[in-house]
Amino acid sequence: MAEEMSRRPYHREVPKARWVLDHARYMRYMAREATCLFIGAYTLLLVVGIGRLAAGRAEYEAFLDALRSPLSIAFHLVALGFAVYHSVTWFNLTPKALPVQVGEEFLPDRVISGAHYAVWGLLSLAVLFLAGVF
Amino acid sequence: MSEREIELEVLRYDPEKDEAPRFQRYSVPCKSDWVVLDALNHVKAQQDPTLTYRWSCHMAVCGSCGMMINGEPKLACKAFLRNYTGVIRVEPLAHFPIERDLVTVIDDFVSKLARVKPYLIPKHEKPLGDGEYRQTPAELKRYKQYTLCINCMLCYAACPEYGLIPRFIGPAAITLAHRYNLDSRDGGREQRQQEIATSEGVWECSFAGACSEVCPEHVDPAGALQQVKIASTVDWYRDHLMPWLKR
Amino acid sequence: MATSNKPLVWGPFAAGGTITAFLTPALIVLTLLVALGYTPELLAYERLHAFASHWLAKLAIVAVVFLSLWSAAHRLRISCYDLGVRADTLVATIVYVIAGIGTLAVAAWLWGI
Repeated sequence: MAEEMSRRPYHREVPKARWVLDHARYMRYMAREATCLFIGAYTLLLVVGIGRLAAGRAEYEAFLDALRSPLSIAFHLVALGFAVYHSVTWFNLTPKALPVQVGEEFLPDRVISGAHYAVWGLLSLAVLFLAGVF
Repeated sequence: MSEREIELEVLRYDPEKDEAPRFQRYSVPCKSDWVVLDALNHVKAQQDPTLTYRWSCHMAVCGSCGMMINGEPKLACKAFLRNYTGVIRVEPLAHFPIERDLVTVIDDFVSKLARVKPYLIPKHEKPLGDGEYRQTPAELKRYKQYTLCINCMLCYAACPEYGLIPRFIGPAAITLAHRYNLDSRDGGREQRQQEIATSEGVWECSFAGACSEVCPEHVDPAGALQQVKIASTVDWYRDHLMPWLKR
Repeated sequence: MATSNKPLVWGPFAAGGTITAFLTPALIVLTLLVALGYTPELLAYERLHAFASHWLAKLAIVAVVFLSLWSAAHRLRISCYDLGVRADTLVATIVYVIAGIGTLAVAAWLWGI
């Protein structure tokens, strides 16, 4: 019998943060995760807004005024893009997490996602309507 | 008519000779219906008998020939040469130590499969005389998708969390536990929770979804893991907020 | 191995992710309209003040703010870990505390309306 072969497994290092750039699917994943920065920042903006509302008319008007700047518009547009990307990825993944079996078969993914998109659309219109946008 | 030749760039590693892996190029005729596995077999038979790799069924059911092909986890028997242009880079499956050439060390994966208790644990002991465990088509359909796993480990190669945190139990093993948890004949979920509802179990998953994207059998491990998370969360809140409720 | 207590932080994350998916884009559109010069009626001082005076509105605002901030915080925590920042306990504490402070601030301010 030949002498025992020496094993020396080679371990490949995963690059700490650079792995995100290795494949389009990892970049899409990170983009989805990055939505948290903008949704979080926007929510904090709303918190500040409520604070100014509580402080009084002058303070609140100053807050609205501060919103009317090019920087604010840019932030809103970028934040809106990321927020929508969060919504789309969330609704597309919901059927995977919450499968619904009716009889023998499962509801198709598009039915569950579709229902979420429909509610999202109606709710958004309701919010805009109640806010007096139209 | 002269045949197209394609170039394979294959990772080589001889543990007895090499300090680190290196790449070796081979030229292979590109037959129209060939897959990367055919090209490797051609190299081994005609050019370099030392090339080492795993394969068996050549029809995407055994799960043996998982490799990185141009950086993507694929079954070598399912990667058609005609779909590639330029040099095809062939490497061992990512996130596993390299034993030799394209062969990885899979001990970690195998031990994780065993840990999740992948067998029926009946709710009550039933003597043989009482007959079979009966199951309706609907009850079968409930878990059938998760039985399709061929243990090819492509999901582990794709999973960024497994790459970063090797102690993560991983997509296939947790999906296998879920398969038994969903089986109407099984009563062992509590026991499996001790393994998978842990910080190195399902809670290491961040739903990147790469596992489901690369799965050749469309098992959708990502979906299974989210279902485990939701069920575990419901359990946790019920146990902590309403401890008087018995399971 | 003992089962993890992760569900404690994951539950609100999942709820917050759902809420922000349904609600945040419409809210951004509202303040975007302000930024563009078309302040919606509800965002005028009197209307918004009246709206925020109602106890039900306060409850809803605090709930939405908490869940939105919490889910963003949790996702940021996971992302830091993914990008190599291994001090998970420290990062978790920082992000959840920020979410908590935001929630307490909005609750305190609403209390005064």
